[in-house]
Amino acid sequence: MTALVILISSAVLLLVITLWKRKSPSKLREIPAFTRLYRTLGLSVEDGTRLHVSLGHGSLLDASGGSALAGLAMLRIIAERTSVGDKPAVASAGDPTLGLLAQDTLQAGYQATGLADLYIPTMGRITGLTPFGYAAGAMYISKNEDVSANIMVGHFSSEAALLAEASDRENVTIIGASDDLTGQAVLFASTQDALIGEELFAAGAYLNDGASHTASLTVQDILRWLVIAALLGGAFAKLAGII
Amino acid sequence: MRVLTAVIAIAAGVLIAGGYFFPALTDVQTLLLNWAIILAGFATLVGIFNLIAVHTGKIRRGEKGSVYSALLFIALVATLFFGMILRPDHSTMKIVMNGIIIPTEAALMGMLTISLLYAAIRLLRRRADMMGIIFLVTAALLMLGSATLPFGNIPLIGTLLSPWVTQILALGGARGILIGVALGTLTAGLRVLFGADRPYGGT
Repeated sequence: MTALVILISSAVLLLVITLWKRKSPSKLREIPAFTRLYRTLGLSVEDGTRLHVSLGHGSLLDASGGSALAGLAMLRIIAERTSVGDKPAVASAGDPTLGLLAQDTLQAGYQATGLADLYIPTMGRITGLTPFGYAAGAMYISKNEDVSANIMVGHFSSEAALLAEASDRENVTIIGASDDLTGQAVLFASTQDALIGEELFAAGAYLNDGASHTASLTVQDILRWLVIAALLGGAFAKLAGII
Repeated sequence: MRVLTAVIAIAAGVLIAGGYFFPALTDVQTLLLNWAIILAGFATLVGIFNLIAVHTGKIRRGEKGSVYSALLFIALVATLFFGMILRPDHSTMKIVMNGIIIPTEAALMGMLTISLLYAAIRLLRRRADMMGIIFLVTAALLMLGSATLPFGNIPLIGTLLSPWVTQILALGGARGILIGVALGTLTAGLRVLFGADRPYGGT
């Protein structure tokens, strides 16, 4: 019952705040990874290089689905912004359903900019079905396809180091985000800019993809304060012998 | 068509979410999840065709590294062909699994050790700030604390510092990060349920 209340409250909050944010957009704190990503999007179009969006091997049928959805949301923005470039962005996935959705998302991005004819189905790829198999296939893209930036957003574990190192060798800019703790530690050590924790879900808001994304951040902040209050309240109640 | 896609996706999402809270919807939830599993199976097949399309394209255009693409294509077709005839339990197919796939993955895991060491060495060049130093010092101390040494644990580091860092500092931090990720997942899911994000193609 508590979970249902949280879900409904979050949904109502998200709706109300989305409507509010449409009228008064908010100012966001600076996150270096997003500043670099914003610059990279423009640069790749200008210098005719490709962006590689690595979506990881998260499945939509398990707990890693959230990071997969965040990766797809970012892919959509990237597809729209880079569709006018000489070399289209490439997306790689380590899960078949995610790979299909990546193709669909890329296509939708091209349709939105009126360039549906430029969409090529092989821009969305499934490079392997195991974490290391996926990494091996995705490493190949960074090395051989004139990639200027590798944006790793999704479910990655320790295999992220292989992908990051392969990109680093080719002087490819790396921006990394994972929902997995091991993946986050590895990306922190091996990329210029890593997104930690919930920053993974903030891409849409930082890349100006609409009020619902900014509203999501506000809802997350409200829920986070509630969790903090509950934790502190629980600790106090335990100390006082109430529970 | 796009509206219909969105309606189907949102309705399926609401019914599956509802199945966790209302017993009356459990059967519908199970049915939809079973359909999703079947579709995921088909997606694997589509993924294989996608892989073939990408690599045959590379071979046709004679791109850099197309030899590897040819090798992948031959191996894929041969494994698929013999797997269908002999079945996955056949000894030959087990040799393919145990003699090629598992050693290759193990080799990649071995390479990972070197990659991580390399990343640690280069960390301070990339991040010459307080967080980088703390990260590196903590990793070094924990490694020292958990290393198997002939004289046993290093006093203080192995017995006191390492357990304190892993059980209190790291555990607290990890829980904080996971709570943040969970909240992010919740709002990302809600955006999809509202149709604000449509990863299934609508514009």
